[in-house]
Amino acid sequence: MSFKTFSRSHAGRISINFALLALLCLAVLVSLRFGSLRLGFGQILETLWCRSGDIPYQIIFNIRLPRILLGALVGGSLAVSGAILQGVMRNPLAAPGIIGVSAGGGLAGILVMLALPQFGHLLVPAAFAGALATAVLVYLLAWKRGVNPVRLILSGVAVAGMLGAFSSTILLLNADKAGGVLDFSIGTLSARSWPQIEQVWLYMAAGFAAAMLMSNKLNILALGDEVATGLGMRVERIRLLLLATAALLAAASVSVAGLLGFVGLIAPHIVRILIGSDNRYLLPGAALFGALMVVACDTVGRMAMDPSELPVGVIMSLLGPPFFLWLLRRHNYEA
Amino acid sequence: MKLEVQELRAGYGAKLVLDGVGLTVPEGSIVTLLGPNGCGKSTLLKVIGRLLKPKSGNVLLDGKAVHACDTAALARRMAILPQLHHASGEITVNELVGFGRFPHRTGLGVMNAHDREVVAEVLRMTRLTELRNRRIATLSGGERQRAWIAMTLAQQPQLLLLDEPTTFLDIRCQFEIIELVRDLNRRLGLTVLMVLHDLNLAARCSDRLVTLKDRKVRHAGTPQEILRPEILREIFEIEAEITTGKDGVPYFIPTGTARNPQEDRQ
Repeated sequence: MSFKTFSRSHAGRISINFALLALLCLAVLVSLRFGSLRLGFGQILETLWCRSGDIPYQIIFNIRLPRILLGALVGGSLAVSGAILQGVMRNPLAAPGIIGVSAGGGLAGILVMLALPQFGHLLVPAAFAGALATAVLVYLLAWKRGVNPVRLILSGVAVAGMLGAFSSTILLLNADKAGGVLDFSIGTLSARSWPQIEQVWLYMAAGFAAAMLMSNKLNILALGDEVATGLGMRVERIRLLLLATAALLAAASVSVAGLLGFVGLIAPHIVRILIGSDNRYLLPGAALFGALMVVACDTVGRMAMDPSELPVGVIMSLLGPPFFLWLLRRHNYEA
Repeated sequence: MKLEVQELRAGYGAKLVLDGVGLTVPEGSIVTLLGPNGCGKSTLLKVIGRLLKPKSGNVLLDGKAVHACDTAALARRMAILPQLHHASGEITVNELVGFGRFPHRTGLGVMNAHDREVVAEVLRMTRLTELRNRRIATLSGGERQRAWIAMTLAQQPQLLLLDEPTTFLDIRCQFEIIELVRDLNRRLGLTVLMVLHDLNLAARCSDRLVTLKDRKVRHAGTPQEILRPEILREIFEIEAEITTGKDGVPYFIPTGTARNPQEDRQ
């Protein structure tokens, strides 16, 4: 059996998902090892096992592990968000970072952070409202007797640019209160730890569960509104639910890591090349690959300029495109 | 399954495309809608297939109003293949046909043994068994259209609506499609309502023809009753000679455009 046939069979697609999971675990271990204090793998496992309170324990449990976990959560969420948007909008270029969903969530999040700093728990819901409103707005702007793919991307890019400019302006004017403009617009995991994970993990888990439950409907929706209606699906309702799910995942990510681009666009495509476009297998695969991308890139970012570090967004934009382009050239791929 | 359309008015926005359309499709028959471009054939098919809401009037399936039915329950009795359809070229024939089981499944849509049996049977009927693992992108136009029809058959409908299923296909593929439709009609008792542009093809495979023009149904009857010079002049504004083949099927040879009587008056 050729790889192509195998990778489209049930067993093949499950195996590839497990292989991605194994790779992610490996990346987490490697990432735990590197940093200003080098730890051997044996030491890491021993520390994880014994939970002694010495310095390696403090570094691993309070600094590296939460940062890696958060990176994995953010990468997975953005990738699933991108896969959903690509399906709902029937557009290979749709991704939270491109069509303004992240930018809308980011702007709403910044406004809450500055205006109501005492209500930290409102950050993700506010970002969600902003992200969903932007997704619906872009969709409606592109609507003219059906959604034109080119108009969708153009209106998305325009809206994203405008919202991003608002965010930058607000951040520049409030440089003393808010984090840096650069950190927000590039995307970083620097100094993130357990509080940020607590802030978002529940939303991300809910978003991922909702995405998986609707994965089969996303397959049907990809056939077009008329065919989907003919197959007995309530198209408008499902589309709105899927958009909301994508917005929630992107909003939770942007709330803790800023406008981390690229992973939402390419992780779904790479996994689609590997296992095809059935979303029941694609969504978990994209989540794992997105997590892998962010964890790996953040590790490189921490190591590259030691003892200082590069934001994960920079590394992602440096390493992501060449790899993606190589895959694209190598496979006879039609999104 | 018997289909009845009564006093249907429908359109897009303020524009009225169908105005007082009535139509009956008897159970187990093949009925084809004919008419010039823009006469509302596709719109009528969409309203019947609940892809478009009518402004007024009724669409009744065995006496029950389509637009009041649960949409998934409807999809188990009626399937529609729109004129324009698109799938990612990455999916396989097997996957596409499997989507036809959607209205029979819940949740993640995991297929059981019965679903797989239905898909295998449909692939056999449409002669796609050999091609089942091929990606849609690698199929020829005729094969691709058969795969889409196979998807609608996997719904196990009693009524099938097809919008120009032979457009863009070469002559052999066109015949393959209508022979498939005829075969399904005879073997499964499937009721079929479709739109075709080729009058000879329509006359060959249909029990009844229905003509539409200017938002209304003009004629309905057997191919022998409809394929007549005066009707073709009225509906398509063409002159034609009508002959009957050895098998009793009428066919037409167009000989030119007909002068529009309204233009003559001006």
